[in-house]
Amino acid sequence: MYTQEMLDSIKNVERTRSERLHATLRRMEADEKDKLLQEYHPDYRTTGFKNILVGPNKGQKAPSELTDLLQAHSRLTGKHIDLEVVDYDVDVLIIGGGGAGSSAAIEADRAGAKVLQVTKLRMGDANTMMAEGGIQGADKENDSPAIHYLDALGGGHFSNRPELLSRLVHDGPLAIKWLSDLGVMFDKKPDGTMITTHGGGTSRKRMHAAADYSGAEIMRVVRDEVQNRGITTIDFAPAIELILDEEGKASGAVLMNFDTGEYSVVRAKTVIIATGGAGRLHYQGFPTSNHYGATADGLILGYRVGAELLYQDAIQYHPTGVAYPSQIFGALVTEKVRSLGAQLINRDGIAFMNPLETRDVAAASIIRECSTNKEGIPALDGGSAVWLDTPMIEDLHGEGTIEKGIPGMLRMYAKFGIDLRKQPILVYPTLHYQNGGLLIHPDGETTNVKNLFVAGEAVGGIHGKNRLMGNSLLDIIVFGRIAGKSAAARAKETKTGKLTLAHVEKFEKSLADAGVETDKVSPLLLPTYTHGRTPRKS
Amino acid sequence: MQEMVEVFLLGKKYTVPAELTIMDAMEYAGYKLVRGCGCRSGFCGACAVVYRIKGTTEIKVCLSCQTKIEAGMCVGQIVSYPTNKRTFDIEEIKPTANIMGQLYPEIYSCIGCNACTKGCPQGLNVMQYIAYAQRGEYERCAHESFDCVGCNICASRCPAQITHSAVGLLARRLTGKYIAPECEHLELRVKEIEEGKWNVELKKLMDKPMDEIKDLYNHREIEK
Repeated sequence: MYTQEMLDSIKNVERTRSERLHATLRRMEADEKDKLLQEYHPDYRTTGFKNILVGPNKGQKAPSELTDLLQAHSRLTGKHIDLEVVDYDVDVLIIGGGGAGSSAAIEADRAGAKVLQVTKLRMGDANTMMAEGGIQGADKENDSPAIHYLDALGGGHFSNRPELLSRLVHDGPLAIKWLSDLGVMFDKKPDGTMITTHGGGTSRKRMHAAADYSGAEIMRVVRDEVQNRGITTIDFAPAIELILDEEGKASGAVLMNFDTGEYSVVRAKTVIIATGGAGRLHYQGFPTSNHYGATADGLILGYRVGAELLYQDAIQYHPTGVAYPSQIFGALVTEKVRSLGAQLINRDGIAFMNPLETRDVAAASIIRECSTNKEGIPALDGGSAVWLDTPMIEDLHGEGTIEKGIPGMLRMYAKFGIDLRKQPILVYPTLHYQNGGLLIHPDGETTNVKNLFVAGEAVGGIHGKNRLMGNSLLDIIVFGRIAGKSAAARAKETKTGKLTLAHVEKFEKSLADAGVETDKVSPLLLPTYTHGRTPRKS
Repeated sequence: MQEMVEVFLLGKKYTVPAELTIMDAMEYAGYKLVRGCGCRSGFCGACAVVYRIKGTTEIKVCLSCQTKIEAGMCVGQIVSYPTNKRTFDIEEIKPTANIMGQLYPEIYSCIGCNACTKGCPQGLNVMQYIAYAQRGEYERCAHESFDCVGCNICASRCPAQITHSAVGLLARRLTGKYIAPECEHLELRVKEIEEGKWNVELKKLMDKPMDEIKDLYNHREIEK
């Protein structure tokens, strides 16, 4: 499967393996990391970003692709939607069918609210499903929420919102317990002790996992619970615009039937945005590990009604995306592979960094190795990559570790003729996570739009400018549950006024006033791929 | 020059690069997928397709994001398969020997044809995990079915009309909640949290000046 050039380089990896096996690799000093990030992390490039010209974050930068969508026309511009005809009348509308939306739905239902959960694709089609490595939670004796706080704060370069981060770590063990009680099969020892490992940037082993299907296992359980509770869900029904009432409270949404193109109107006392990330916008041309539907829709919807963004320019590049073969280019190689001991190796067989640095540092270090240092291995389309030395795992922990610990990875590569127990794999950073998003209070409500709540990857501030592995599965559960409870409680005391879409016109006017000329419409909903073919335009 | 192959997508002939997956080949041909496409990494089960190589009798099933296109492939999609999941209250049910039979009695209609196992794109021994379910061996059923992505190809092939993915999921939830050993350190920490202990500790840390917090971070002890 590998090219001759790759096979030659593998010989170097094998030659140095035994001496690397038990070597302690140096960790970088704080100022060394800062310098590396500034020179090599994609967030620090000046190209690839554009200033936002309208709305609450006017004057700040965002990735160009996101700025273009924030400043695009509404899908409803020029259309008349009769808001007097209400198709669904509920207490809590949840937009998004992933882990955060489903956790919110369960809690809102438990609190007695009438819930409607809508999703663009199918329930469970979300980044949650693809999170492989695990979920953090400080539940062991040598660990504590305070230590977890310190790890996540340092990993986030001290830019996390303290009130959000403290809620995340404090409720961490509660989230693990909640999932466990729903029947999630965490990896445990025979005496019930959780099997936990390190992730990049953790100082305690607090990564709980369900093999390398952690997110999938969580997603299928919470989705099953939503179904068991009889909560109304609608698939293939993206929200394309939020509805406010005359007082400016979030009061519903316009949905589009993705099969028929027909619109419908939801009136709701409270609204939760749980639409996930933005990897499918392919910032700076990077491949992505994200779900097909990760197009930042919730950020667009929220921004158009005046909700504020935070750290919209901070993107997480997962250091180990698949660089070869082409069929799985950009897919995720879980950090658990490095947690289990696999090192990052250059073309000459040298371990050029400690594999458990934080994700941004690891990504920048790989980019440096492949660019300035010219130590990468030529991979696809003129790009290069580094080795992730997977055979080390079984040298360290014994035969069978890979099949038991990372069966998904083993299977993914086996389909394309690579046995990662015997051969290392080629990796390069892939667009993985939206660190920023809509700003919320610790109760999940946006800071400046009443009755609009946000949970999951669409939130900004919890992780600061860089998230640690295992804190996103945690965040969708913790803040999903919080949003569900808060939105249900608020619904009880809310009287919704007359529905309006006036903000859409107002936004169009602000675009015109700012001199923005565009032929784009948003939310994008889905990316378009042609794999190298240029379709003839009519 | 790229190697090209001739294929039939939903009955229509296209010429596509040989290195593409079936999903990518559809997009190359001009489809903008709404249904039949999900995580694009083999985890979500959205993209099941059925195909045969032109001129052969055998019908095959696979995940289109995980399978390379081949010359002569005639591809149809399974974008939605009507399954029959039963609802239950996880707090009420218990992992008793008869619970599976009560909720999913059709598992006892299995005729042992093994079509489920042959169709599984994850290479799972589906018929085996249904056998475990029949015998009330839920933990074994849970582990045997663990890598299921819920594409329901097995269900589409089953003459006994079993919804295998739902059976596996019930076994896993019973295992996770009731059969797996309880976790003492988790219970202990949850109790401390509910008593308010960690709110106090966190506040102490958060109230420190940022320089001191940074120093604590940079010199923190890292567990081996």
